[in-house]
Amino acid sequence: MTQRTALYDHHLQAGAKIVDFAGWEMPIHYGSQVQEHNQVRTAAGMFDVSHMVVVDITGAQSQAFLRYLLANDVAKLKTSGKALYSAMLNPEGGVIDDLIVYYLNDEFYRVVVNAGTRDKDLAWLNQQSGAFDVTITIRDDLSMLAVQGPDAIKIVQSLLPESSLEAVSALGAFYAAEAGDYFVARTGYTGEDGYEIMVPNEQIGTFWDQLLAAGVAPIGLGARDTLRLEAGMNLYGSDMDDSTSPLISGMGWTISWEPADRNFIGRDAIQAEREAGVQQKLVGLVLLEKGVLRGHQKVHCAAGEGEITSGTFSPTLGKSVALARVPAGISDTCDVEIRGKRLAAQVVKPVFVRHGQSQL
Amino acid sequence: MINLPTDLKYAASHEWVKSNDDGTVTVGITDHAQELLGDLVFVELPEEGAELTAGEQCAVVESVKAASDVYAPVSGEVVAINGDLDGEPELVNTAPFEGGWMFRVKLSSPEQLDDLMDADAYLASLDA
Repeated sequence: MTQRTALYDHHLQAGAKIVDFAGWEMPIHYGSQVQEHNQVRTAAGMFDVSHMVVVDITGAQSQAFLRYLLANDVAKLKTSGKALYSAMLNPEGGVIDDLIVYYLNDEFYRVVVNAGTRDKDLAWLNQQSGAFDVTITIRDDLSMLAVQGPDAIKIVQSLLPESSLEAVSALGAFYAAEAGDYFVARTGYTGEDGYEIMVPNEQIGTFWDQLLAAGVAPIGLGARDTLRLEAGMNLYGSDMDDSTSPLISGMGWTISWEPADRNFIGRDAIQAEREAGVQQKLVGLVLLEKGVLRGHQKVHCAAGEGEITSGTFSPTLGKSVALARVPAGISDTCDVEIRGKRLAAQVVKPVFVRHGQSQL
Repeated sequence: MINLPTDLKYAASHEWVKSNDDGTVTVGITDHAQELLGDLVFVELPEEGAELTAGEQCAVVESVKAASDVYAPVSGEVVAINGDLDGEPELVNTAPFEGGWMFRVKLSSPEQLDDLMDADAYLASLDA
């Protein structure tokens, strides 16, 4: 039984081609994925991400619970509205999910996790929270819209009521503010500026219509994937999962090792891995020949073999790019096996495009 | 509305075949196929001179979404390929039956044309 977001009829009205995504009937595109991609890089687009799961953690031990649950340290968050990206690990050091946690106050954090991992994540949260005085509230009453692109900030601000404009226009990157019934965060998954906005389900349709009228184009999940990949952002289930540690998934920077006495789930495992020497890493690849890099293609280099975790054609760069898990000792070139042929690729830092500009 | 020229023959695997009156045929993929694939970004064609056998995989079309095989609808030698697709693979999206043609084959078994479908039969096969 598939589910629909509150915007389902709006998607159909906008000409969406609907696919099943993690049990949700979601728009893959509204005509042309490449046009939608370019729209976000050059103007502004909106993504219905209401299938993602918003969870409020409240109660006296909220901070203590999240410091135990997450590999990043929420104690770093001292200003209300500040956000943090983190992995949630299993005891073996594998990534259960990646998430964003917003700090509202010491007894109120808001967490956003992936749709595809919903049941697993919620079960894990409930299981691990037993010893803590916290309340876990799933906010299925909220829809979420990501508005992204160089024009996104200006357009969203033009639609907000005067009363909330001050708080929202003051937001720095990775900060959020409550604006009336809306929760507005300056975050995203595209490498462009913009907001992710949580809105009560019964109000989201009106907000969508306002954005549409202001020139913000609807963008499907297809372009969402090419945009995030160009930005070098991981996709859960492709670039990391329960069996891969954050250290080999390009997520080492999200682990807070200090203070050394903070015990978090998975710490022992990844600490041992780090001390033994991390054998692999996640890199960016740029194909130097004609073709398209795809997930699971084999990578050959002097240091051994690796595998592409996500690959696509980059509309912004006009060539194919990928994220790949490879031997830590890889040099700056490798071969990728595509349909039996080995094609040359360049190894780069996994960021291809930021703010519309090539990073190569 | 689906675009489906009535003077062409069609394979169930979504290739179209046009007879050129000189013993060769031109081959491409249908409007329906390009629409399913989405924006094409790369087309890998057979080499000129290659001998194709009907039903074998002979080209690859890659969209932003996925790679998809193209099958030889007839047997014969590849006598020309559409070099424009190298720089403009999107021609397959915008003009699947014209500028987006893929290759020309000199038929080795002309009777194979009788095994292909006409437009009505192809259309019916899409609904089945």
